[in-house]
Amino acid sequence: MSDEIVGEKASPTSGMPEPEKAKAAEDRGERALREIVSGDIGVSVLAFVLALLIGGLLIAFTNPDVTAAAHYFFAKPMDTLTAAWNAVWDAYAAMFRGAVYNGQADTFQKAIRPLTETMTVATPLIIAALGVAVGFRAGLFNIGAQGQIILGATVGGYIGFTYSLPAGVHLLLALLGGVLGGAIWAGIAGVLKARTGAHEVIVTIMLNYVALYLLAYLLTTDKFTRAGSNQPTSPGVKETAQLPLLLGDWSRLHAGFIVAILASIFVWWLMTRSVLGFRFRAVGSNPHASRTAGIGIPTTIVLVMLVSGALAGLAGGVHILGTEHQLTGGIAGSLGFDAITVALLGRSRPLGIFFAGLLYGGLNVGGRVMEAATGTPIDIVLVIQALVVLFIAAPPLVRAIFRLPTPRTAVAKGAAA
Amino acid sequence: MTALDTQAPAATPARTEPLTRRSWKAPIAFGVLGLAALVLFGLLGKSGEDTTFVISTDNDWVQIGPVSVPSKATAILLGVLMLLLAAYAAWRAWNRQPLGRWVGALFGVLWVLSFLAWAVAGKSMSLVGLLQGSLILAVPLAFGAMGGLLNERAGVVNIAIEGQLLTGAFGAAVVASVTHSVYAGLIAAPVAGLVIGSLLALFTVKYRVNQIIVGVVLNVFAVGLTSFLFSSVLKPNAATLNSPPRMPVIDIPVLSGIPIIGPVLFRQTLLVYLLYVAVVVITIALFRTRWGLRVRAVGEHPLAADTVGIDVQATRWRNVLLGSMVAGLGGAFFTIGSVGAFSQEMTAGKGYIALAAMILGRWTPVGALAAALLFGFSDKLQQVLGVLQTPVPNQFMLMLPYLVTIVAVAGLVGRVRGPAAAGEPYVKE
Amino acid sequence: MKLELRGITKSFGPLVANDHIDLVIEPGEIHALLGENGAGKSTLMNVLFGLYDADSGEILLDDEPRTFTGPRDALAAGIGMVHQHFMLVPVFTVAENVMLGHESTKPGGVGMLDLDVARQRVRELADRFGFELDPDAVVEDLPVGVQQRVEIVKALARDAKVLILDEPTAVLTPQETDELIGIMRQLKESGTSIVFITHKLREVRAVADRITVIRRGAVVGSASPEASETDLASMMVGRAVSLSLGKTPAVPGETTVQVKDLTVLDANGTAVVDGVSFELAKGEILTLAGVQGNGQTELCEALLGLERPAAGSVLLEGRELVGLSPRQVLDAGVGFVPEDRSVDGLVGDFSVAENLVLDLVATKQFSRGGALDLAAIRKNADHRIEEYDIRTQSATQAAGRLSGGNQQKVVLARELSRPLKLFIASQPTRGVDVGSIEFLHRRIVAERDGGTPVLIVSTELDEVVELADRIAVMYRGRLVGIVPSDTPRDVLGLMMAGVPHDEAIAHAAAHPTEAGNE
Repeated sequence: MSDEIVGEKASPTSGMPEPEKAKAAEDRGERALREIVSGDIGVSVLAFVLALLIGGLLIAFTNPDVTAAAHYFFAKPMDTLTAAWNAVWDAYAAMFRGAVYNGQADTFQKAIRPLTETMTVATPLIIAALGVAVGFRAGLFNIGAQGQIILGATVGGYIGFTYSLPAGVHLLLALLGGVLGGAIWAGIAGVLKARTGAHEVIVTIMLNYVALYLLAYLLTTDKFTRAGSNQPTSPGVKETAQLPLLLGDWSRLHAGFIVAILASIFVWWLMTRSVLGFRFRAVGSNPHASRTAGIGIPTTIVLVMLVSGALAGLAGGVHILGTEHQLTGGIAGSLGFDAITVALLGRSRPLGIFFAGLLYGGLNVGGRVMEAATGTPIDIVLVIQALVVLFIAAPPLVRAIFRLPTPRTAVAKGAAA
Repeated sequence: MTALDTQAPAATPARTEPLTRRSWKAPIAFGVLGLAALVLFGLLGKSGEDTTFVISTDNDWVQIGPVSVPSKATAILLGVLMLLLAAYAAWRAWNRQPLGRWVGALFGVLWVLSFLAWAVAGKSMSLVGLLQGSLILAVPLAFGAMGGLLNERAGVVNIAIEGQLLTGAFGAAVVASVTHSVYAGLIAAPVAGLVIGSLLALFTVKYRVNQIIVGVVLNVFAVGLTSFLFSSVLKPNAATLNSPPRMPVIDIPVLSGIPIIGPVLFRQTLLVYLLYVAVVVITIALFRTRWGLRVRAVGEHPLAADTVGIDVQATRWRNVLLGSMVAGLGGAFFTIGSVGAFSQEMTAGKGYIALAAMILGRWTPVGALAAALLFGFSDKLQQVLGVLQTPVPNQFMLMLPYLVTIVAVAGLVGRVRGPAAAGEPYVKE
Repeated sequence: MKLELRGITKSFGPLVANDHIDLVIEPGEIHALLGENGAGKSTLMNVLFGLYDADSGEILLDDEPRTFTGPRDALAAGIGMVHQHFMLVPVFTVAENVMLGHESTKPGGVGMLDLDVARQRVRELADRFGFELDPDAVVEDLPVGVQQRVEIVKALARDAKVLILDEPTAVLTPQETDELIGIMRQLKESGTSIVFITHKLREVRAVADRITVIRRGAVVGSASPEASETDLASMMVGRAVSLSLGKTPAVPGETTVQVKDLTVLDANGTAVVDGVSFELAKGEILTLAGVQGNGQTELCEALLGLERPAAGSVLLEGRELVGLSPRQVLDAGVGFVPEDRSVDGLVGDFSVAENLVLDLVATKQFSRGGALDLAAIRKNADHRIEEYDIRTQSATQAAGRLSGGNQQKVVLARELSRPLKLFIASQPTRGVDVGSIEFLHRRIVAERDGGTPVLIVSTELDEVVELADRIAVMYRGRLVGIVPSDTPRDVLGLMMAGVPHDEAIAHAAAHPTEAGNE
């Protein structure tokens, strides 16, 4: 891996070929269907289906009922297959119940509560993924979202539980604190990369662990310890700093969701309509030409990391002020790494990230219910998530598996002498 | 003799003495760190206490008794020595002369010793144990780094070392448990690493997906898969599937009796001895054989390699698979090489440290081993000091290996050049 | 060995790079493949060498059809290639590069490299053709001309029966070109056929036995070396071509650019730009001649602020440019066209419109308080596309998809679209088709006529002589001399090899070159 500043041509999104009109020999409906299925959206959906299939296989093979029935597979094969089917169906049905709609509920509110839960969990994911995506589009791999979220939650939480301030102001300051915490933490990696060429993948990952232990240490200090508790937990965030609930008491959905929407719009504006975003994209696409055009590479690197970390820190702040309301060692959970996969799934574009975040939020929420209801370990969700991203990134593989034709590609790069 | 030489008049000669800029980075760094050590560990240290270093073990030829030194005085002395080194570095910089690597290494040793003198004041610590443990902890890092460099030398960036270590650990534990044989486990580990490796090769070489991303995602996948299987299969069947035998320490006669280095190098498990072999074999293979020349050509300039008839994609496939097996073998350390049973996410970021070791070691096996030893040392130090209850809070000691890695990648490394074509998929028209 | 290509067709998407090409190379003949940049010559040779798969057509060796699935097959059949962009691994030694792919190994079966055999071969071949080559030198430390010799030795070490030379003289002085011609003749005498790809008329007439002219992917005819340059040029381009620009003499104004003792050091501390001084006045073109790799690139980088010089000063209308960042230099009124447009000039993924404002995006013209003024950018793009006749599907097309000539037009359009106090262009027409070359040259002269001082750096002696009001020659980082634009080519060639002006004049008069003057 080259440690030099220039020379990193990163396109985390593999270019999608544009389907051209096929010859009019076939029925137009058939042709249209084929194009849809082998185009962008089709491949994404199929990737998801494929990932679910493989996940289903894993669930089936490790389910105790299935393994029991497999012992006498040759005598009564149907038992094994039925057990497998039941295991997978139960697991996924529970996931759906937990993530989207609970058909077994008796009130409307309880029925759609899963959906609101998905939105709640998706909120910090979306914001952090936006931060990671800004990095990607500038050619920087910010794998440190986890540490930046921790810092954001720590600073935001600290402001939240230490000071007493009027309602709106307190919340804003706490969120701002989160932004600053994340920005500074990412900024360290940015400065190191800009000045010494240290590869940001390694530095940000190391900083994740440093952040983790830093938080662990802080939780042993007085300021961060809740009175009367012997668990490492911080005092509770004061009401004036908490994000208000949007739908009332029956759902956890809070104003952070609005923040997520605003953040998506902001990142869209930043990357497509602002001078800064133009520079970020230029550096991400071709640092040499950017340099020759007067764009300062070291400054840009630092700015990118600051923005990226700011968003991740905001996610941490929203997380603690919206749902957790107190600081513990595991506050960040797996948000940081989920954010990376959400950014990849959303192809580093705000709209894609928004929906990918909802999808992942759903998988996580549904996964918890699935684990509680059927005993299937929630880690299968990680496997599904990773597989979806891998398949999305390699459309030819998905097409090969489903035996779909390749849409005709646009002109290849000119190869003339 | 060219026509030009005999007939044409001579060209004007070029300037002979090169002009260089003075580089003050090293003397300043040494000066600041040396001063810090002098003040913090020496002048501000507690007086009247002794630090004891235990040097010998039972089976050494020669028994050297434990060495006790006055903590404060030792630290002050070492601090002064470090400042002298800083002055030497400054003198060399002034004269525009390069600084030998030995200066940095010596400085590092002195700094650590002075830190130990302060931190272990009033207690005793086994130096041999420290060094032995450093090598042990360096094993997965070194294997991981060598797996990584096998990949990168052919042009494929491998962030998935973490995942390969994890699956290797998992595979070793399960197979060794089922077969009650450590050796079966040692064979299973590389095979398990191969699972991740083949996915890495498939997505980066065949489907040309961005290599860093595939690596990151594969790590998530590995964590998910191993954790899932652990929860659903291993935990309920812990006795049969997750109780592997541990690797025995094999004592090499005669050699292990050498004072200090004997126990460290020659009283280890088979895995460590395999490490020695691996370093030698990979070094020779990479730099002295036809295979190695072709691999390096593919990593530096795949188009040039293609034009002389080398199959670039096949070379990359082979190397990714080979590297993943080496890294997988390193994963065996975590289970059958130490604690035995597998637990979730037990690699805890060591794969990324291995990556740093590879860069620090300039993509050579010997360098990777040296860097791995550095990181292993900081890890072991953290453990030893944690037990001794030194003045530094435990959490900061836990941070130590990671901070050392950051400093290494940022400071010590400078601008290194990896294989020129690493990171870019090779596309043929 | 007789080599025949029959009906070779190769397309990249809708672009037909080779259109049913027929070519016959008799044994022991030097056959020139003449065509302008972008005609399809290199594509054809890449098909022959097995790097590309042809869509249709066949290759016959000694009248037997052969298929090459890759370079390995071509090499085994006795076809060797010296590529335009060297296929050398920079960090390997000469011997390692030469032996790559057919390494000799020590007995024992393990595959341990036997470098001595390779070293021997390198020395043998170098001696045979009369140049010095150190087998243990690391390639990236060698000057470009020597690297080319390594490429040649590498091809010859495999006993090529047909040797393809792709634009070999791009990095050579006229004298070195003469040496290369000598080597080609030696090879021909020993029975090797040579396919010599070029767009340079002079050389083709000096050495070729037969000439095949290619235009836009198809063969337009063959010619003999006796044909005149104008005839050949017309065949190449498809219309009558005036080989001279017909530019009016310069009317220089006051001197506004003063470069003094500029020195740039490389990583080892060697001076790659060594005490260079020159001046430039308003309304004149100074061309900087020299073989690739003599410090011109570094000089340009220092002028733009991309590299920090170790010493010296650059004054633009009295203002010191040394020490400023590229942003500041550009803002000071310097326009810069880099020598490698795809790497340093354009962001390939960005649209033409975006590239046209790449270094201007923060100015009030195209932005308002941090936000891009998309309408202004679009309007600017439409304007420039028309003004410079940039052939593109639309202003939103990715710039990387344009042809070389059009890409270069985008870069020039961008730089010349604002008032400039100094215009610097490095290799402004490298890899550009003749039609665009004419356009770009005219535009550069127009800029000069508007009163801007212009500095053109070029390794193409034709271009240097065409555009110059004064010529500066660089060798090993130093300025050998600044001479008037009517200096004979042979003299310039010697200066490019380091010979001071006066001695060069004397020597050239006594030893004219074949590929030199008309």
